[in-house]
Amino acid sequence: MTSSPAGKQTLSELDRPNSYIGKVVPRPNLERLMQGRGLYVSDMELPRMAHVVFVRSPYAHAKIISIDPGAAKRMPGVIAVVTGEELASVITPWIGVLSHLKGLKSAPQSAIAIDRACWQGEAVTAVVASSRAAAEDAAEAVAVQYKELEAVTDMRNALDPRTPVIHPSLGDNLAFERNLDAGTVDAAFAGSDEIVEAEFVFGRHTGVTLEPRAVLADWNAAEARLTIYQGTQAPHMVQNLAALHLGLEESQVRVVCKDVGGSFGIKVHIYADEMATYALSKLLRRPVKFVADRVESFNTDIHARDHRCKGRIGVKRDGTIVAFEIDDLTGIGPYSMYPRTSAIEANQVVNLIGGPYATKNYRARARVVYQNKNVMCQYRAVGHPIACSVTEGLVDLAAAKIGMDPVEIRRRNLIADDAYPCASPSGLRFELLSHHAAMNKLMTMMDYDGLRAEQTALRKKNIHRGIGIASFIEVTNPSAAFYGVGGAKISSQDGVAVRLDAQGAVICQTSITEQGQGSESLTAQIVGSVLGVSMSRVRVILGDTDQTPYGGGTWASRGAGIGGEAALQAAKILRKNILDVAAAILQSSPSELDVADNAVVNATDGTPRIELRELARIVYFRPDTLPPGIQPELMATRHFVPREYPFAFTNGVQASWLEVDTDTGFVKLLKHWVVEDCGTLINPQLVDEQIRGGVVQGLGAALFEKCIYDERGQLTNANMADYLVPMSGEMPDIDVGHVVSPTAESELGAKGAGEAGTAGAAAAVANGVNDALKPFGATITEIPLTPQVILTALKRI
Amino acid sequence: MKASAFSYARATSVPNAIELLVAHGERAKVLSGGQSLMPAMNLRLVAPELIVDIGELKELRGIAASGGLIKIGALTRHADLLKSREIAAQAPLLRDAAAQIAHPAIRNRGTIGGSLAHADPASELPACMVALNATIIAQGAAGERRIPATDFFTGIYETVLSPQELLVAVELPTAPKNSAHFFCEFTRRHGDYAIIGLAAQAIVENDRLTDFRPVFFSVGNRPHLAKAAAGLIKKAVTPALLSEASKALSEELDPPEDQQASSSMRRHLAKVLLARSVSALLGRPDLYAGKAL
Amino acid sequence: MTAALSISLHVNGERVDAQVLPRLNLADFLREQLKLTGTHVGCEHGVCGACTVRVDGEIVRSCLMLAVQTQGASVETIEGLSDSGEIADLQAAFRDRNALQCGFCTPGMLIAAQDLLKQEAEPDRERIRAHLAGNYCRCTGYQAIIDAVESTALARRGKRA
Repeated sequence: MTSSPAGKQTLSELDRPNSYIGKVVPRPNLERLMQGRGLYVSDMELPRMAHVVFVRSPYAHAKIISIDPGAAKRMPGVIAVVTGEELASVITPWIGVLSHLKGLKSAPQSAIAIDRACWQGEAVTAVVASSRAAAEDAAEAVAVQYKELEAVTDMRNALDPRTPVIHPSLGDNLAFERNLDAGTVDAAFAGSDEIVEAEFVFGRHTGVTLEPRAVLADWNAAEARLTIYQGTQAPHMVQNLAALHLGLEESQVRVVCKDVGGSFGIKVHIYADEMATYALSKLLRRPVKFVADRVESFNTDIHARDHRCKGRIGVKRDGTIVAFEIDDLTGIGPYSMYPRTSAIEANQVVNLIGGPYATKNYRARARVVYQNKNVMCQYRAVGHPIACSVTEGLVDLAAAKIGMDPVEIRRRNLIADDAYPCASPSGLRFELLSHHAAMNKLMTMMDYDGLRAEQTALRKKNIHRGIGIASFIEVTNPSAAFYGVGGAKISSQDGVAVRLDAQGAVICQTSITEQGQGSESLTAQIVGSVLGVSMSRVRVILGDTDQTPYGGGTWASRGAGIGGEAALQAAKILRKNILDVAAAILQSSPSELDVADNAVVNATDGTPRIELRELARIVYFRPDTLPPGIQPELMATRHFVPREYPFAFTNGVQASWLEVDTDTGFVKLLKHWVVEDCGTLINPQLVDEQIRGGVVQGLGAALFEKCIYDERGQLTNANMADYLVPMSGEMPDIDVGHVVSPTAESELGAKGAGEAGTAGAAAAVANGVNDALKPFGATITEIPLTPQVILTALKRI
Repeated sequence: MKASAFSYARATSVPNAIELLVAHGERAKVLSGGQSLMPAMNLRLVAPELIVDIGELKELRGIAASGGLIKIGALTRHADLLKSREIAAQAPLLRDAAAQIAHPAIRNRGTIGGSLAHADPASELPACMVALNATIIAQGAAGERRIPATDFFTGIYETVLSPQELLVAVELPTAPKNSAHFFCEFTRRHGDYAIIGLAAQAIVENDRLTDFRPVFFSVGNRPHLAKAAAGLIKKAVTPALLSEASKALSEELDPPEDQQASSSMRRHLAKVLLARSVSALLGRPDLYAGKAL
Repeated sequence: MTAALSISLHVNGERVDAQVLPRLNLADFLREQLKLTGTHVGCEHGVCGACTVRVDGEIVRSCLMLAVQTQGASVETIEGLSDSGEIADLQAAFRDRNALQCGFCTPGMLIAAQDLLKQEAEPDRERIRAHLAGNYCRCTGYQAIIDAVESTALARRGKRA
């Protein structure tokens, strides 16, 4: 259901004369990227810059007996070889806990391991040299003596009393446990007609950003100032934590992002080797650059989604879902990641199970356990893919059990479009969603009945196609409820400063950041629209803590909804200020004037009265010609933070149409659809492309991606030939449609859209494969759905 | 990662290349296309002391047909195999196989000599050489050596070549009358290493296979010419006969287990490939009921 | 470490004389010595395609070539292809279709796409997907790229017709 925004004022801000809101316009500054003239941190060079390479533990768990850097120090080009103990005098350790995650416990983590390495790939020594190659040569010569310790590598045994406790001071390997019991679950199951149970197993994933993590830390001892060039999503957070652990004031740290070659949440965390790089720069009093190579990336970029989730659903014969229950187990690394913690993903799973559905009966237990594997933390759509795959998988199983069509069972249980505002059994507050409108739109877009008929006809020819449906909700625009309440210095508000320059063009500084999703463009589109200025005359500055307002950055799909609203409000104020001056110049009143197409115009008929260029000239150079007493202000700053709702929930539904070759187990993805409701669309093309990119990450999860650890905790597929990411040859075209339910929290009405594609894609594919295999009585509840897994389920091997 | 340091010599002639190999033996590696050697060096899986670059040796280029034979120079790129009219006419199996090797940028550099000398059990061209009954020509200090492809590959990354020998060319018989071929590999994604593949060369006369050389790759430590094929030669192939041959094939194979497939999955896929190949070669859809993707 | 060798080649039409260590790969040579950072490094094992350049007119993975192997060769990078205008229409199509997000895969993707368009006038979507199957993109999900290449092919056919 499309709701009209509240109030005339909201309507007017989005429907202004030369508005770009809702329009497809090319992003500014793409030329630079297309010509290979972008500037990524991995491209950067500074005078006297040195390169750091880390000697990394080959063992999942080992005591470090000794480190002999002697031979390495003598090698050509080597500047320093630094151990964890030596670096500890420059940078303090940290603990990845937040107070609102009750019971979350973690051990202190140092920038470089001291005494003990706790995962294969953890840094144990830093080698700084004049080139990466020289540092690598020297790293081979660092003699480290290890005593291998027993490693915890199976999450199912992590809490077994016979399993070693990784951090004895913590007592056990349980990082976090959450329990939830809502409604009357036992009574509901007792009263159901059918109960279905399944265990859902997920492959451990990693982001595989094409530009690996890259940091250039530049400690200027003369200025006592550290400049960190880093493609982080949250520069103010990095500024705060670098300062904290290096014993500096925030004002002594500047973080600059530059162009970022992909992030998806991978680059929003604090990494030990990056903290080590900042510390090394301070220690050595020169710029130090760290660029993870691809093997390092696989071993040390955060992993995600390593879950085993037992799920249970109770249903009545008429299709009413009466209860959901889950018992989720996730095995992270040896430390909870800093500062966002490695409990958030499991916490989200508990929050989100059953989210689209009306049932009030829900019980959940989630346990997060430590392992001697790489650290794990938030990656695009955090927890949603797990929750959606489990929920949508259970719903399909229930439908199959009672012989009901999967779309029909959803129609009988999705929260009604007029039921809002309401809350989920897990306490999520929904402002306004559109599950039914989205489903209706999907049915039309994909011609559901047509595909069912085609499926039936092809089955007779031994061709097995399947349709998979996945409804989902998605967290966006988070308030301080996500991290701030737990004590994290992660800002949940953002700010935008806009000013008119002396030629009447606009300079805009925003605290959100750009990794390719279009933050720069959405800001320019909003400012251009609200101010009445051509986009080509709006320059956006972002990703620099010295040059932008203080803010949270871009993550959890908050850039458009929060940063966009700040841009809107700031532009409104600037427009008012412009009209105040214009009224004085024109001897009119502000209510009779407006700004459109780079000029002050009559509000009634749009007749240009004075160009902004001319107004700026007067203000900046000829204020003597203005009426007495006027102090023009051609700059405005506004911040925005969501206050009413902890999260702006969005909703959508996805569908996958695929074919399974039952002889070979191969799955061919024929087509994919997404209907998404993310409120006001600032640039529909950018939103759709975010969704497509997110979907393909989910398709990768469904069919290809898995970090494969052996029982000794060795990551055995840490390269691009063996960890399979989706490439163009196997991906389908993806049709995207929208329903629009704006949020009333902001004038812009925009919710977030960056993660929705990833939330539901794997669930849709898994349901599609099971749908295709129905004639064979095979049901698979693990991903990735490799040919091996499928042939095994079909009992062909 | 960056490759470890090494010395570099650009060979000026085949004798010069051999001189360098004789002098340095196992401490040297030949750089041909570099598409297998460079990744290994960049990952520091190998660290040769000397690289002998044979890239400038014009005498190793070219595809020439004469006297019932096609001679392919060792420096022939996979992309050249794809474009060559001689190959399309006389050894289309190679064209079909080359199309499946990795991606265009790799095919522009990778060479047949390099691929055969590297002997990756998952690669396409070694299997094709066996299927085509090719002869591999090597030069060493003692002169030329002509080695049947069936004897050339001895193990994972192992051939009968000594470190002091250079593979200079391959020779194949031109396609006899009624030649037919079949090539298929199963990969998770376009251009990936094959989970399993089949390169088959045959002669089809009067709806029978009068010759059939199905060579499987990625089934063991080297290309495997299926003995089970014998049961299908010069016979009227029925589903029952094919099923027997399938069973025999399954028994003669001992495929490895790895991250892509278990041993039993490879055996299963081998049977699928056998059925598909026979069905395709004989134009008999009844022999393979499934639908190829 | 072994001594540097002299090489002489052309890069984007300009004669370059340089001293390089044998182990220096072409990607690092372009980026670090010539400061042509448009060629990106994503994996160094020849799988991701971010380092794609043209050598003597053919696309190659510059991380899998040594700089010393380019003696006497003509190397073209994304900067050169951009400045010459050769791919201006393709770049415009990428821009209009938003066929790039973070831009890191884009130079390699453009060079690979241009390689296809030079060989085939009417590639269908499956053919485009197959030719680009060795270029990894994590942001776009590929569809916009396929659209942009398809529309460029169409437009070029229109111009020729």
